[in-house]
Order: sequence, then C-alpha cells, then structure tokens
Amino acid sequence: MALSTLRIVWLYPDLLSTYGDRGNLLVLAHRARARGIDVEPMQIRSDQHIPHTADMYLIGGGEDGPQAVAADRLLQDGALSRAAEAGKPILAICAGYQLLGSSFYANGRAYEGLNILDLRSDRGPSRAVGEIAGDSHPQLGIGPITGFENHGGRTHLGEAVQPLARVTAGVGNDGTTEGAWAGHVIGTYMHGPGLARNPRLADLLLGWAIGVDPAQLPPLDDTWPERLRSERFQALQAAAQ
Amino acid sequence: MSANLTPRAKFATTLLRTAAALSRATGRGDGSVIGGRVGLIVEPRLLELLAEGRHVVLISGTNGKTTTTRFTTAALEAIGRVATNSFGANMPTGHTTALAKAPKAEYAALECDEHYLGQLLDAARPKVVALLNLSRDQLDRAMEVTALAAKWRQTLQASAGQTTIVANADDPLIVWAASVCERVVWVAAGQSWTADSAICPNCGAHLDRFGEFWRCTNCGLNRPSPQWSVAHQGEAVVGPDGRRYDLNLQLPGRVNRANAATALAVASLFGVDPAQAAPRLSEVASVAGRYAKVERDGRHLRLLLAKNPAGWLESFDMIEPNPPVVLSLNAREVDGFDTSWIYDVDFTSLAGRKVVVTGDRRTDLAVRLEVDGVDFLVVDDVRAAIAAVPPGPVEVVANYTAFQDIRAEFNRVN
Repeated sequence: MALSTLRIVWLYPDLLSTYGDRGNLLVLAHRARARGIDVEPMQIRSDQHIPHTADMYLIGGGEDGPQAVAADRLLQDGALSRAAEAGKPILAICAGYQLLGSSFYANGRAYEGLNILDLRSDRGPSRAVGEIAGDSHPQLGIGPITGFENHGGRTHLGEAVQPLARVTAGVGNDGTTEGAWAGHVIGTYMHGPGLARNPRLADLLLGWAIGVDPAQLPPLDDTWPERLRSERFQALQAAAQ
Repeated sequence: MSANLTPRAKFATTLLRTAAALSRATGRGDGSVIGGRVGLIVEPRLLELLAEGRHVVLISGTNGKTTTTRFTTAALEAIGRVATNSFGANMPTGHTTALAKAPKAEYAALECDEHYLGQLLDAARPKVVALLNLSRDQLDRAMEVTALAAKWRQTLQASAGQTTIVANADDPLIVWAASVCERVVWVAAGQSWTADSAICPNCGAHLDRFGEFWRCTNCGLNRPSPQWSVAHQGEAVVGPDGRRYDLNLQLPGRVNRANAATALAVASLFGVDPAQAAPRLSEVASVAGRYAKVERDGRHLRLLLAKNPAGWLESFDMIEPNPPVVLSLNAREVDGFDTSWIYDVDFTSLAGRKVVVTGDRRTDLAVRLEVDGVDFLVVDDVRAAIAAVPPGPVEVVANYTAFQDIRAEFNRVN
C-alpha cells in the first residue's frame, strides 16, 4: 500500500445527493481508516472543476432536473471520462448510474450520457420502490447484494458491460439484472446506502483504488453490517412467503 | 357558527362525534380520523361548512407543524375560543373533526399535511397560512421536495387570494413558493438543513450564502428582509416595529424559538397583542408527547420526536450535553420503508456519551453509528434502554412510530 492518502471525490452533492448518498463516502473512509489508510474526502460541487488526480470517484442519485444538469456539466468537464479510461474506480448510484450510459431519460425526453458504460436507460412502466437483492457476478467475489431502490428508469445493458447482479428481489435494471460493471466502474440502483449494506463491495472498490487484491486487505469486525445483511435478506424471505 | 349549518351538515356532525367517541371508547385512538371520515361521507362539504364564518389559520411545513399549531392556539386563546387538531390528525378528516368538536370557537388553528394545503385553502378559506420549512421526508412514498414546493407555488397562486402568508425567509423553497402571493409576512425562522436548497428552486443555478443571507447567482431570488426574528441569544422575538417580546419557553431548542416567532406573527395578524401572547407560549410544556418528561426507576426521560434528517439534527441541537441518549428507529409504512436518510444525519456530535439504540431498525442505527465512530449499545426495547442507563436525565430521540411505541409505554403521555 504505497499510497500515503486516498483521495475520494464525491461528485456534485449539490445536484445528486438524495438518498443518503453521502453514506457511501463515509463507509469507504471508515473502512480505509480502519486499515490505517489516510483518506481525503473531496466534495466537488457542480460549479467546480473535477480533480484529475483523485483515487476514486463517487456519484449519487437525484431528481430529473439535477440529473440532466449534472450530465451536461460532466460532459463539459471531461475529467470523469478520463478517470474511467485511466482505470480509476467509479461508483455511481441511480441517476448517477444512468448518466454513465449512452443515453438516459429525464424531464420527458432523452439526454446524452457520458458513454463510460455500455448501457442506456429509459422509463419503466411504474416506479420501482422497495428492497432489492441479488446474486452478484461471481467474478467480483462479493456474494449476495442488498439495498433499497427508488427509481422510474429501466436500464438496458450492452455487450461491453456485465450485470452487477442477477435480481432475486426487486427490479434493478429490468427485473432480471441489477447494475453494471466494466473495468473498475460500477453502477447500481442500490442506495441504502449500498456500501453500508455491502461491505465487500466497499472493499472491492478500496482494493481497486490502492492496487491491492481486496482479499489481502486486513479483515474488519463486520458483526453489525453482517447482522444488518441477514436481517434484510430474512425480511425479504418472510415477505415472499 | 353551527347555528348556520344545514340539517344534513348537523346530522353529519352528530354522526362524526358519535363515531369519534366510539373509537376512543374502544381504545382505537383519539377518533379524529374515523369521525371525520364518517362526517364527510354523509356531507362531503362538511369541512367547508364547518369552517364558514370562522377565522382560520393553516400551518404547514416538513417540521414543527404540531408545535407551531399549539403555540398559535395558545396565543389566539388570548382573544377567544380556538378549534384545533391538537392530536396531529392533519388531513381533512382530522380538520373536520377539530371543527365539529368546537362549534362555538370563532378561531381555528389547523395543522395541515403538506400534500393537502391546496384542498384546505379551498375548503377552509383561511385568513392566514403559515409556511415553516420544506426538507426531505419519507422519499419512498412522498413527493420529492422541490416538486412539493412547485405544487405549493401553483396552489398559492391559484387560491391564496386575500390570504396573508406568514413564511420563513430563511428557507429558499418556502420563499420561492410564497413569493407569488400579494401579502407575505416574512419570519427569520432559520434553516438547519440546507442540503435540499443548494440549488435555486426557480432556475436551477447555485444559491450563494453569506451568513444568514442567500441569493441566486442567476435569477436574483433572494432572502427577503424579515419582519419578525428571534434575537438576544434566543431570549426574545423582535416584531416588525422593532419591539421586543421576551420568550421564556419550556420547549427546548432554536427551532422552537423560531416556531414561537411564527406563532406571534400569526397571532398579531388576528389582532392579538404579541406582548399578551408571548407569556402564553411559555405555558406549553409538551405537545402530543413531544418534549414530554416522564420518569421511571429514577430515570428522567425527555421524549423528542424526529422524523427526518432535519428533525434529527434539530433534536441533537436541543439535547443537554451530558446525559445518555436513547435513539429509536422504525421503518413502518407511515415512517417510510427506506432508512437510507439516517446517512444524511451527522451523529458525530454524540461521540463520547452513552448511546443506546432500539426500535425495529436498531441494526441500521448500529451500522450507522459505527461508521461515525460513535460507541453504542443495542437493546430490544425502551424498557431495556431505561435499564441500560444510570438514574438521572436521559434524552430519547425517536421517529414517528418508534415515538408512539415509547409513548404507549408511558400511558400515551401528552
């Protein structure tokens, strides 16, 4: 771990921070510091330039209007696309996930996305609100995922991305798959926030950021997050019966 | 007032009272909702008919509605009888019951759910509407907050007419919604939660903030000069003519001093001398269990209700610096099923105290506190929480149904 300080950029909290999204930044910082890694959280507003030199980028969810404004500013800035090309980890939630694709739907029309992930989003027949769970892609090694979703969009994956998970409860992209990943970029509809309920996903991103196999990170006492996970899975099972 | 009612409305009113009384007698609650529902089935215009001829104020906003309604009622009682929905039943069924139960009251102070403001404006034709604040609340089932402000703005433009609006100058969403009205009295009621108003609600550009002042860098929407404010380290409210009215509230916190300022502004529009009204606000000790003090086994609990991020931050501002804190979180339907908002609350100010967590979703709180580096103890219920802290003062913060569970443990303390 050669890094002296892990710089985590949280993009546009002024526009995209609707469902406890700051929690993902807090969880990453907490898990890094618990391993003796210094963290410098950087909150970048939509009227500021995005730093090129950060180690990880987070972008959250939000309403239609702010989503369209955020996509426009990200396209003009260009730094997030360059970060993706450079292999920097990016975690994008909900509206932030949709705008990483080629196009998304907001305010009743289609908008151009950043084309970082090979996917596109449109409107679904109804709003997807509730608990979501799934079996994550085996290559990621993070086990089942759990979160809460609240979105009107549906996302269609292209060939250059893999689904983050196969849905076992909830809707996700389209009722079958949830989220997407390619390289070190992960998009998901899970808020909750996702990383509080899925610590192994947090460690995967941390491992990518510091260039270490996540399995080599010193283990943490995850009694409480594990208890929360089993509670949420059990609640879904009880509801299904 | 009721003398003018049609026979049908009188019949509806009688049925309403009977249904409410039955509901109370069978222990199903205070009967406000069922009573109003029965009355409105018999006479759909009952609310309108019962409001006719009375001087009405509606009070709405995300947080502080119940307390401000209680303060306003206390202030208006200086000049007459006041009908009010003091049980927090803040939809039309509750308003109908409140008016039916107080046929001789010439005034009405009605707490109004944010989503029913338009309906109440049309039905109750209020003299005054007080708008407190808007922030995120139960996003999985309610409207997103900017959309709600837009709906208010539309509603007020269509229906406010000669109504005077008493509005919070410190909340950009409230200012944007209220500024379509001709008559607005601005109160510097503060804003503890700014994350939902980083962006101008009018044009989407950034809002600049300098201390208490804010303005849009693009369209010019800005903080109006308030006529009413809290001053002198929170010990007094200052009115439009610069006169000072001393506050000596029993209810804690900055936010309740702001609620008091709003209540005095409203009362003065009804002709109440604020100097006469202010001492009446000090008599309010608790509001439907909120701020109530209860004792068990030498533990002196103060009960604080907080339903959303702004509410939790406000309650952390109210609590005494040293006593243990009990936090209780549920996620039942009326609370919202989504608990993610607890990550919008900064818990670091609780570090170093004894913190006990309970409620249906105590594990969510445990994970949240761990992330913020706050030590905690998890227990099954409020009884266990009481047993886990030493005798002495204890602060209890709970969201809606968690709060009602705790109230039930103390005989539904008011």
